[in-house]
Amino acid sequence: MRRAGSIIASALVALAAWQALVLLTGVPRFILPGPALVAETLWTSRALIAHHTMITAIEVLAGLALGASLGGATAVALAASPLARQLVRPMLIFSQAVPVFALAPILTLWFGYGIGSKIVMTLLVIYFPVTSAFFDALMRTPQAWVDMARLMGASPARIMRHIRIPAALPGFASGLRLAAVYAPIGAIIGEWVGASKGLGYLMLLANGRAKTDLMFAALIVLAVCTVLLHAAVDRACRATLDRNG
Amino acid sequence: MTAPGITLNGSVDIGGAPLIAQIALAVAPGQWTCLLGASGVGKSTLLRLIAGIADEAALTGTLAAGDGAPLAGRVALMAQSDLLLPWLTVAENVALGARLRGTAPDKARVAQRLADVGLAAQAAQRPATLSGGQRQRAALARTLMEDRPIVLLDEPFSALDARTRAQVQDVAAELLRGKTVLMVTHDPAEAARLSDAILVLDTGGLRSHAAPPGAPPRAVDDAQMLSAQGALLAELRAGS
Repeated sequence: MRRAGSIIASALVALAAWQALVLLTGVPRFILPGPALVAETLWTSRALIAHHTMITAIEVLAGLALGASLGGATAVALAASPLARQLVRPMLIFSQAVPVFALAPILTLWFGYGIGSKIVMTLLVIYFPVTSAFFDALMRTPQAWVDMARLMGASPARIMRHIRIPAALPGFASGLRLAAVYAPIGAIIGEWVGASKGLGYLMLLANGRAKTDLMFAALIVLAVCTVLLHAAVDRACRATLDRNG
Repeated sequence: MTAPGITLNGSVDIGGAPLIAQIALAVAPGQWTCLLGASGVGKSTLLRLIAGIADEAALTGTLAAGDGAPLAGRVALMAQSDLLLPWLTVAENVALGARLRGTAPDKARVAQRLADVGLAAQAAQRPATLSGGQRQRAALARTLMEDRPIVLLDEPFSALDARTRAQVQDVAAELLRGKTVLMVTHDPAEAARLSDAILVLDTGGLRSHAAPPGAPPRAVDDAQMLSAQGALLAELRAGS
């Protein structure tokens, strides 16, 4: 409750400062609209914003699910096979030297103008943090547990399933928490490069038509959705980890 | 199934650096043997070699069971750390071997082993809720569940307080009777209480030491046990 109170207080201070800035400087509304105007636009354009939010949400959730699955599978494969580590890991690290932003146009070319290219973009943004966090945790399995399992006659696959993966779940969870914050960035970049739907498209459109109030309204919705997504992923991770010790 | 003895002859090195010079270790079948020595002389490595999990060490020589059959699959190991998996219940930890081999656990035997070590009431709890002594008893139940004729113990009770240690020693001595037990310890009192045979390992090699009379576990205030404990400590100090 105290935390909620402090969040609300902090938001009120920020809004007051914003409104004061607008009043004191007298900047035109198409440069910086005040919070009251943005709130009004948020309400009057709610159907429009909701429609585009839905599209972006689908892209983010699909990208998150795919990226988490692929990242998880990659981490397990790398942890299981020294050969895979030798072949794939340098490639994985090199791929991080490529700015994902630069890939957005080519993804639009390959996967089209619709949500496909945005899902792939989201996937690419979160794939590395998920893989890396989970892989590191998988490689830190206490050797004594592995030795005990070997002595009990366990195959490497069963050691992976019953010892290494459960022991590494907290690492996977921290990868997912990062991914929840990064995923919307991927979707928005995708929408900026080429789209006819989604919050990123709406923001670009509003900006181009000097509807700065609509731009801000979409931005606030995006930020609130990202915070909520992070909180939901965090809660889901906690609940799962509690159940699994 | 009678428990076989173990013989190990040879020298041990780790990454090319010699750890143990030529020794001849003989563990009598069906008896409790304690291997006593200071830290770093290679006691734990010997246990890991016998268990077949010492990837880091190389034995130049021979290692065999007294009955000539392979050791693999007939050895259980219990370590100082209880190695309980925190995400499983106590009962699931005790039945871990079956889970890892992909077979169905014998629930009646799990319950029996938990009752043997006095943890029937804690079966559904997580290890984090147990005390140090309870955790080590759970590890003992897991080791017994494997039902291997040879049981290797690597200082399993050294982290416990004196009272708890004596209790868990009694439980272990009773439940491991008839198995070939090789226990590594640096505690002369533990060796004098529990052993049928005592071996001392130091840089000078391996020596046999007489165990006190009477069947283990000996009473903690038994005069002959205490005198043997004193003699062992004197020998350990002289050897280092």
